Amino acid sequence: MILLFIMSIIIFFISFILMIMSFSISKKSILDREKCSPFECGFDHKMLPRIPFSLHFFLITMIFLIFDVEIALIFPLIMTFKMVNLINWWKINLFFIIILLLGLYHEWNQNMLNWTN
Amino acid sequence: MMIEYMNLFIGGLILIIGVMIGVAFLVLLERKLLGYIQIRKGPNKLGMMGLLQTFSDAIKLFTKEQIYLNYSNYMVYYISPILNFMMSLIIWMVIPYYFNMFMFNLGVLFILSCLSLGVYMLLVSGWSSNSNYSLLGGLRAVAQTISYEVSLALILMSSVILIMDLNLFMYKLYQDMIWFFFMMLPLSLCFLSSMMAETNRTPFDFAEGESELVSGFNIEYSSGGFALIFLAEYSMILFMSMMFVVVYMGGYSMSLMFYLKLVFISFFFIWVRGTLPRYRYDKLMYLCWKIYLPVSLNYLMFFLGLKLMFWFCL
Repeated sequence: MILLFIMSIIIFFISFILMIMSFSISKKSILDREKCSPFECGFDHKMLPRIPFSLHFFLITMIFLIFDVEIALIFPLIMTFKMVNLINWWKINLFFIIILLLGLYHEWNQNMLNWTN
Repeated sequence: MMIEYMNLFIGGLILIIGVMIGVAFLVLLERKLLGYIQIRKGPNKLGMMGLLQTFSDAIKLFTKEQIYLNYSNYMVYYISPILNFMMSLIIWMVIPYYFNMFMFNLGVLFILSCLSLGVYMLLVSGWSSNSNYSLLGGLRAVAQTISYEVSLALILMSSVILIMDLNLFMYKLYQDMIWFFFMMLPLSLCFLSSMMAETNRTPFDFAEGESELVSGFNIEYSSGGFALIFLAEYSMILFMSMMFVVVYMGGYSMSLMFYLKLVFISFFFIWVRGTLPRYRYDKLMYLCWKIYLPVSLNYLMFFLGLKLMFWFCL
């Protein structure tokens, strides 16, 4: 664990050094108003682009959140396989996965998964 | 104790350098292969038959000018490619070598957590550069990546149930007679295409749809940042092909065949890019939530019963 931590710090420094290297050897030029504006074709920005956008992305993220939590709950079944009564283990996991499937079908039935209305 | 640290350090460094050189040659392979698919020659002048093309491209990229954007959150904007690259190198630490590397008892879990962290870098680099195109590209990339992460994890789960261990070494032991690729045939193909969606590759490359968003979430990145994002993307492709070979095509063995299979899967990525047109975004979401997710959940139930049946009857 501590070795992995040390290794990730080393990797972080490697990538940081790459970025610093590119920053220091790159061709410098004067700051230009056109160059520093966000990429756009033919006109200048008047407003900030950080407006609230589409609700669909948010809804997808909500569904993802639920399923990700459920995946995190499924994963311990690997570790418990060697420790518990297998018939009970099987019943519990089957029950859990069936609940997951029914939830998915319910969302499907309620048109939550449709991208366009 | 000290010598073990030194061993590990040297092994990790060699792995990182190997990954980066592999990425360079993967880019060259992609350009050559796309060239020959489109009946033209790829890069063939620099070095011997274009072998040095990517190295000179890298030097050119790193010496280009770096811009300071108006209205951007510059610190976040600057640091997100670094973290992206770092994450794609850290995930390589899970490679199941027999010596001079880490032994991950929970390797699959480590892979999944690193993949989840990669989403934040997409989101941050899309948002912080303060441009409409990059914001849209970042949103699309995030929605696509997290959707496919769910199906990827569930598909991986049913192969994990067959071996009942989260260690990547174990796949070798259980695939001695038959590859899991044939044993769980529809699921392995689902995994292949989920991999492509997860790394934003071509049939599903909505993060950079050139026709609507010019380059997706990385438009505003110029020299070093763009190079790091590029390196991270291609090393992610190499890692995904490594994972596919480990999980479905025979596991890690200390032979040349492992690497040949890895090259074949990365060749497959490029082949698909040369062959298929882009998909549609809503169809992509339907594919994930309405097809892959129910199929993988049903198969998970099936493999649960299969494992128990094998456990009791054999």
